[in-house]
Amino acid sequence: MGNVIGIGASPRRKEDQRFLTGRGNYVSDIKRPGMAAGVFLRSPHAHALIRGIDKQAALEMPGVIAVLTGEDVAADGLGSLPCGWGITDARGVPMKEPPFPMLAQGKVRFVGDMVAFVIAETVEDASTAAELVKVDYEVLPSVVGVLDAVRPGAPKLFDDVPNNICCDWELGDKAAVDTAFRKAAHVARLSLVNNRLIGNPMEPRAAIAEYNPGTGQHTLWTTSQFPHVVRFLMSALVLKLPEHKVRVVAPDVGGGFGVKQFHYGEEAVITWAAKRVMRPVKWVASRSECYVSDRHGRDHVTEAELALDEKGKFLALRVKTLANMGGYLSTFGPNIPTNLYGPLLSGVYTTPAIYCNVKVVFTNTVPVDAYRGAGRPEATFVLERIVDVAASDMGIDRVELRRRNMIPKEAYPYQTPVLVQYDSGDPIGCLDGALAAADVKWFGTRKAASARSGKFRGLGFSTYVEACGLAPSRFAGRLGARGGLYESATVRVHPAGQVTVLIGTHNHGQGHETTFAQIVSEKLGVAFENVDIVFGDTDRVQFGMGTYGSRSLVVGGAALSKAADKVIVKGKKIAAHLLEASEADIHFEAGKFSVAGTDRAKTLGEIAVAAYVPHNYPLEVLEPGLEEQAYYDPVNFTYPGGCHIAEVEIDPETGAVTLVDYTAVDDVGTVINPMIVEGQLHGGIVQGVGQALYENAVYDESSGQLMSGSLMDYCMPRADHLPMMKVATHSTLCTHTPMGVKGCGEVGTIGSPAAVINAVVDALAHLGVTHVDMPATPNRIWRLIQNASLPIAAE
Amino acid sequence: MRSFAYHQPNAIPEAVSLLAEQPESRPLAGGMTLIPTLKQRLAAPAALVDLAGLPDIKGCSNGNAVVTIGAMTTHAEVASSPLVKSQIPALAALASVIGDPAVRDRGTIGGSVANNDPAADYPAGVLGLGATIVTSAREIAAENFFFGLFETALKPNEIITAIRFPVPLSAGYAKFKAPASRYAVVGVFVAKTATGVRVAVTGAGSGVFRVPQMERALAEAFDPTAIAAIKIDAEGLTSDIHADAGYRAHLVTVMAKRAVATALGAA
Amino acid sequence: MQISFTLNAKPVTLDVEPATLVTELLREHLNLTGTHIGCDTSQCGACVVHLDGLAVKSCTLLAPALQGKSLVTIEGLQGAPGSNQLHPMQEAFRQHHGLQCGFCTPGMVMSAIALAHAKAALTEAEVRRGLEGNICRCTGYQNIVLAVMAGTAAMHGAGSGE
Repeated sequence: MGNVIGIGASPRRKEDQRFLTGRGNYVSDIKRPGMAAGVFLRSPHAHALIRGIDKQAALEMPGVIAVLTGEDVAADGLGSLPCGWGITDARGVPMKEPPFPMLAQGKVRFVGDMVAFVIAETVEDASTAAELVKVDYEVLPSVVGVLDAVRPGAPKLFDDVPNNICCDWELGDKAAVDTAFRKAAHVARLSLVNNRLIGNPMEPRAAIAEYNPGTGQHTLWTTSQFPHVVRFLMSALVLKLPEHKVRVVAPDVGGGFGVKQFHYGEEAVITWAAKRVMRPVKWVASRSECYVSDRHGRDHVTEAELALDEKGKFLALRVKTLANMGGYLSTFGPNIPTNLYGPLLSGVYTTPAIYCNVKVVFTNTVPVDAYRGAGRPEATFVLERIVDVAASDMGIDRVELRRRNMIPKEAYPYQTPVLVQYDSGDPIGCLDGALAAADVKWFGTRKAASARSGKFRGLGFSTYVEACGLAPSRFAGRLGARGGLYESATVRVHPAGQVTVLIGTHNHGQGHETTFAQIVSEKLGVAFENVDIVFGDTDRVQFGMGTYGSRSLVVGGAALSKAADKVIVKGKKIAAHLLEASEADIHFEAGKFSVAGTDRAKTLGEIAVAAYVPHNYPLEVLEPGLEEQAYYDPVNFTYPGGCHIAEVEIDPETGAVTLVDYTAVDDVGTVINPMIVEGQLHGGIVQGVGQALYENAVYDESSGQLMSGSLMDYCMPRADHLPMMKVATHSTLCTHTPMGVKGCGEVGTIGSPAAVINAVVDALAHLGVTHVDMPATPNRIWRLIQNASLPIAAE
Repeated sequence: MRSFAYHQPNAIPEAVSLLAEQPESRPLAGGMTLIPTLKQRLAAPAALVDLAGLPDIKGCSNGNAVVTIGAMTTHAEVASSPLVKSQIPALAALASVIGDPAVRDRGTIGGSVANNDPAADYPAGVLGLGATIVTSAREIAAENFFFGLFETALKPNEIITAIRFPVPLSAGYAKFKAPASRYAVVGVFVAKTATGVRVAVTGAGSGVFRVPQMERALAEAFDPTAIAAIKIDAEGLTSDIHADAGYRAHLVTVMAKRAVATALGAA
Repeated sequence: MQISFTLNAKPVTLDVEPATLVTELLREHLNLTGTHIGCDTSQCGACVVHLDGLAVKSCTLLAPALQGKSLVTIEGLQGAPGSNQLHPMQEAFRQHHGLQCGFCTPGMVMSAIALAHAKAALTEAEVRRGLEGNICRCTGYQNIVLAVMAGTAAMHGAGSGE
């Protein structure tokens, strides 16, 4: 008999045994009887008309089963890939929402756009046949950057989208901001680029579809973070299938980071194709294919201005951003640089007036959507960079300037000027914790030591707030969400007392099988080993919105907690009957229902037996069985926050930046499993470090080709790029989630880019450098040093 | 990957005749470049002639102040060879920074030199040390072997069997590694020999090249300061998304200085 | 062509097309799906296996290269011969939370064991450099590095089963 392992403990993960022994079950591991192979033919051009497709030679090749194109999609009357958010401009005019066909119809709009799906007996045959499909393209001029896309005369992706602008969105009180700027003692200004990223979960995307003509049932196995949402969007809006005839399974998924939280055309095409050919069909993306088809992230060009009074108090912030959407609107696309960006510009500060304008722009690039942090790292980067610029302009210490403007702990709940109300937080506590942990006091000594070996050392600070736990449905609906954002959980107590949880979130590295089991173990007093978590299968789990936006514990965990409470409520009724006591006198603790003030008690196991073998049971008033379900819709976002400090060393001869130390002190609310939270912070921080120092998705401006289209050219952080990080939590409890939790999945990625770049700028400050765009590659840094106004001090 | 015939000959003449019989055939050494090329369907040879079964073209030996390395010797074997480490430590160091450990366990010196990737490490060592490439047909001096961008003096049915490295007085290799590919953005091999100094650069241009100006300066004074002021012309050097030509030109000087410093440390 | 080799300590003889990658052989023909494919440029290391004790990328290895050799995959690791126990390196990954989504894990563990075989005590810097051919997107590597150092110590403290 195992033990209860509850909230705050760090049991080793339940999921590890299968992953460590090679027994994971990823989509690419699955085989179905009679399975054929599918390969997508993708556009080699950034922008072109399709004048015709000749599939004859491919179809004549032995082993080829079918070649499907946009014409077949149109002939079957299928829908376009839906966008889950509909935003509006300042006058309430809806965004431009051109169709996103699952296979291109008449035109391709980015390198990688899907043109045909070739099905054959083997991958090799399908690949060869795809090369035989003759597509007659008329190549059009293309545009890949946002600044170019909005220029008059730029190539237009859609005839009815002038200047390629999908939506001219704004937030905040423009007049109040203008007034504040007129009164300002100082205005800090900054232009910056937030570089385009590619998420690169280590498992490439894959899908298998199967149709059973006997039952009319479709099954799709897919590398998804939200199988129920895929089922809904695909069946209701794209393929027009009855939802009860579609099963979507997302088994073990090898990392997501947002990249797998969209309904992709490949999923719809393969599901549709499997029925057409009456064979199971499997598609597994190569990494190169992922680069031109996985949704990209970030890609902003921004102008920001911060107004301050003579003491350095922030008076107002004005931010104007051009955000790249790529060639079409992806599932969350337009929501990311707007609703998940503007409201975060308040940060941990008391800035009274904020205005944000975002032009959401189409370009001939892969569609851009959420990538870990999604909008919030971009906002944090703008804010934390301009605070450093202001500090430098005004000659005020960077930490002191932040401290002067931070929201004091006592001021929570705090209403920002940009929609959101923070329920709790302690930015100054996080800052002080980080300053001590990073040994900032002795930085000067370390800098001098670096200087003695000819290196420049820099220290960078970043604070942040994240709005996560997506999301309160009603609030999200007002912002343009077209779906609900609640979560559901079922707690099934088996007759012998073990528990299975069915939950609508999806575990792809976050450790839910462990943390959710801890919650149940503690709440129901069941041994940790007797709780299993089931997710990722629409035929097993009732419903769910999936895992993204740091929502699994905050929203899913809350649903789970509520469902467990319902089990206790029912258990009390059963116990009252069995113990011949009043329900009001039944007390539940540590897995036992007891009558207050007596030693009479029943274990949860005994209650379960009674519920499933209801011989002595109040059947007149109570249903048998012990299984409860709860849906939870959050009342607010949660607001994790914190302070990150990065320390870098630069070799001025080569421009190489080395991250030498990193400290994070984060307020993530209640911590269920400290080991897992620490792991989430490590991983998140390194993804942000990747953006700051290494990662960059680069398009060729004239051809629209992706230049960084493989792991040879897109630099993922490696073990030898990094130091040991110091992470700690300084938590205040969320006031509105059942357990006080806030979420931790994205916080690392939100705080780190600004911390690292602020450190790089600090290291170069003596040369007059005031800003460095990401990634801070050696070449870029060396050029900055060359161009600097002051000569390099010969030390 | 398209299908191909596979041969594993047991003798060099057999390998050569197999290659000659099938013009569309390719020799296979460690496969670290060829196999990814096949996987991505960028090449479709009719046959592969696997050199792994050939006797006597693996391992390191020495004699007459020359270290001979068999063509099928892996990078890991060169990096850890006590002989190479004692005779030409800079060459062992060069081998230890190629690719990553799993690549070093399979990749071979012969394959790397025959492939002549413009950013590969070995060409710098081979040219920098003035090595001799021994093939199934002849011996070729390094000067006459590398022709720029994946081109060499090798004929289609000619295979490298060994490379002979004269032992220098001292040598050093300094590499500025591309963080993603692990190839050299710029790598410089500097060798001081009885007959003079040789400086060979990889990564910077379309193929490995020497820098006579640095060689002259170092012959005068073998010290990093002797070349610190030498600026390389960026004209003709590679510009890509990782590094522009001007930066590469600058790195040649920096890496050359560091290679000299290493050579002095190791001398 | 016919090839014979030892797979996870058992002799195997198979007919294969020469144009078969070892990843494909393992995953498609032998149903050993623990060896993963994360890229097509031999960068990620999710496919690392041991060939005669050396860590190699099985996505860049043709099946004929297995002839007469010993191949060990993640499925072949054991804490002790014939036992169900985790290998000390696997156990170290579990104890140190050196994995999240699990996709890079088999290759990471195989590379780690090869590192540990080469040297009895590894410094942090040696481990970081030794893992340069294995990419993880989840962990930020910190716990992997700690796991490899601990796993190496455990392997050299007690006998390993491989």
